[in-house]
Amino acid sequence: MKTLAKTDVVIVGGGWTGLLMAKELATRTGLSIVVLERGEGRTTESYADDMDEVDYGARLKMMQDASRETVTFRHDTRERALPIRQFSGFLPGTGIGGAGEHWNGVCPRNVPDFFEVLSQTTKKYGAKRLPQDHSIQDWGITYDALEPYYARVDRLLGLSGKAGNLRGQLLEGGNPFEGWRSEEYPNPPAKRTYIASLFQEASQSLGHHPYPIPSAALSRMYTNPDGVTRPACVYCGYCERYGCMIGAKAQPTNTLLPVIATKKSVTIRTGATVRRILRTKNGIASKVTGVQYIGRNGQEYFQPAEIVFLASWTMNNTRLLLLSGIGDPYEPATGSGTLGRNLTHQVFFTAATAFLEKPLNRFMGAGASGTMISDFEGDNFDHRQLPFIRGGFFQALNTGAHPIAEFGTVPNSVKATWGSEWKKAAIEAFDHIARIGFSGEHLAHKGNFLDLDPVYKDANGDPLLRLTLDWQNNEREMAEFATAKAAEIARAMNARHVNVFPGLRTYDTQRYQSTHVQGGTILGTSPETSVVNTLGQHWQADNLFVLGGSAFPQGGSANPTPTILALTYRTADAVVERYLKTRGPLE
Amino acid sequence: MKRVSRMRRREFLTISATALGGVLVCSLDGQAVLLGAPGKEKKQAVRIALRFFTAEEAAIAAAAAARIFPRDQSGPGAKEAGVAIYIDRQLAGPYGRDLHRYTAGPFEEGAAAEFGYQGKATPREIYRQGLKGLAGLHHLSAGEQDEALRKIESSDFFALLRQHTIEGMFCDPLHGGNADMVGWQLIGFPGPRMNNADDLDKHYGEAFRPVPVKLRDAAGHPVRGSEDQK
Repeated sequence: MKTLAKTDVVIVGGGWTGLLMAKELATRTGLSIVVLERGEGRTTESYADDMDEVDYGARLKMMQDASRETVTFRHDTRERALPIRQFSGFLPGTGIGGAGEHWNGVCPRNVPDFFEVLSQTTKKYGAKRLPQDHSIQDWGITYDALEPYYARVDRLLGLSGKAGNLRGQLLEGGNPFEGWRSEEYPNPPAKRTYIASLFQEASQSLGHHPYPIPSAALSRMYTNPDGVTRPACVYCGYCERYGCMIGAKAQPTNTLLPVIATKKSVTIRTGATVRRILRTKNGIASKVTGVQYIGRNGQEYFQPAEIVFLASWTMNNTRLLLLSGIGDPYEPATGSGTLGRNLTHQVFFTAATAFLEKPLNRFMGAGASGTMISDFEGDNFDHRQLPFIRGGFFQALNTGAHPIAEFGTVPNSVKATWGSEWKKAAIEAFDHIARIGFSGEHLAHKGNFLDLDPVYKDANGDPLLRLTLDWQNNEREMAEFATAKAAEIARAMNARHVNVFPGLRTYDTQRYQSTHVQGGTILGTSPETSVVNTLGQHWQADNLFVLGGSAFPQGGSANPTPTILALTYRTADAVVERYLKTRGPLE
Repeated sequence: MKRVSRMRRREFLTISATALGGVLVCSLDGQAVLLGAPGKEKKQAVRIALRFFTAEEAAIAAAAAARIFPRDQSGPGAKEAGVAIYIDRQLAGPYGRDLHRYTAGPFEEGAAAEFGYQGKATPREIYRQGLKGLAGLHHLSAGEQDEALRKIESSDFFALLRQHTIEGMFCDPLHGGNADMVGWQLIGFPGPRMNNADDLDKHYGEAFRPVPVKLRDAAGHPVRGSEDQK
């Protein structure tokens, strides 16, 4: 192993959190920074001709190469875990920008009481309403404390939307249930697709409160506070699984890289696969010393560093700590240990598929062009008579319908799946389908966790990460409730036919339900129940910070990126303003 | 002693030009083939060099795809789109050889559907085996073909065949299927249209159907699929 020259900071992972941290440190300090990214480098120019559904949509060109590394899965500890041989239920990104390149840019904030689910639920409904064997805990950060960071994220990305609660004042057209905002969105809402307008009218007629989906694709040309200018979205419909060809959708490559590229203090190494974080050998191991990685040429390197940021997505953050022996692995049988606990996956599904009379021109759209309602999110509705707690939002979204993924959806009265009858029905349905999606909270459960697989290995011979994950009754009951609500809205859209979600049974690795997998290195106020403090600083090594959705104690209904970036800003402030002056535990 | 060529003898899929509509612009080994102007039907046949299938296999796959997505009153089908050409190229490329699937053992072939496909066989192997079971399919009547396909409906092979038929119908023509954008025209999909800003919130409730444009023309330069990359 070759030892490289020491750097002040090493950042593992070149996605949203890693590059945001690199940008903050490079613009606010004189630290030398090395970013290690295992995938390839990319820029906006890389996406000029990526609008090919076979290679990108079906064969997942932008995603982590499962042949080299995947994860294994089982529903519970009695089952034998098997590898997920092709990603399907969630799609880890790779390369510079990570999953932040191929995302849709749906950017809601979490509801305020999401950060205090345990105490708020107990206070309002009593502890007996908490699900059996839950492992829910409060974050130790409140929405109010996070709001200024959310506002910075809005400005960084240039979010397009309409405020519903401006410093406590409710505004027409926004989400009346949202947490207060200190500022209006930097940009007005995106243009409204026909599907979104039908959903808007229908949900309004039922007494709900529709609002435009907050979007990271710009509704007009915008220059952010870093001086980065991006053009307005042209609604080509190639967001999800694609990089934006013009840079209208905020991605690390078009929002962070332009700033980082001007800083000589930052070195980005691609093709660098980090295998271990190393720690001091003697005494109380309270420091990490750097990281060990394999370069593109197969050579093994040790990169020493004063501070290590682990920013490699939920799965890999947890896996690297497990492989490195840093922290105490969670044991579900005894409840001891913290590393790997509280694995969650946003409860997302198409609750109702409405077959409408009129054509919808579904090829036009953007990843977040649509309408939402939050009437049934969090505790925005009374749960006293309901068999579950918490909830989620509904959305009618037109991401741009592509034929390979979309062709073949037919009313479930059509039984044929091939041949003339099916073909005719599928052609007729193709441009008449409106999907109502539901996105719900996933409450942490004692049986859902991450550890290392004893059988399957990656291309380097290291054990794969193992997911033990299944739905509990709270999610199943919530899904049933949501499906009925969505069907009601679909009927109010005058659907000729409605297919409804068949129900959450057991966890299915094949049904795509978002790439919002969270937990494993959760944050908190005590080393007994969390891996890092609320600033992402590891309880057992003060110069190791963990960034990303792995920090979430439970899964939100809101898509996590704005919250993840807000937490990253908060960590950056604490490092720049406090840690660099006095190196030691910040909390 | 007889000399054995290291190269496999070149196999061809023969398609009648009329079956493919007017113009076929699908690259064969990087070559664009022009079959004549639309409307001017020529009776010549075109021989397409195969990359993976034998001629017999290609004919069987083409026949099966044409029953999954038949040419009928609702429009052209898999034969017209060149689905068999698409499948042949996919199987010859990195996908067919499972270059991006996790293929380390142990394998648990009979795992529940929630775990996804757990088998060892690559798409190429699944096809080679599956097509053997359909030997002679292309000589049967449509009804007999349907019956043969119904017997294998629940197999991994049929699932792939169905999925690839949809892909071959609606892929960008750069992959060898969707010849003449016949699939896109069938469903009113305009291909990768680079700018919808002026149209997004117009046309509410009415069909807006721009003329389809393939990626090569939208991007202004040829684009290679992963199956054509070195």
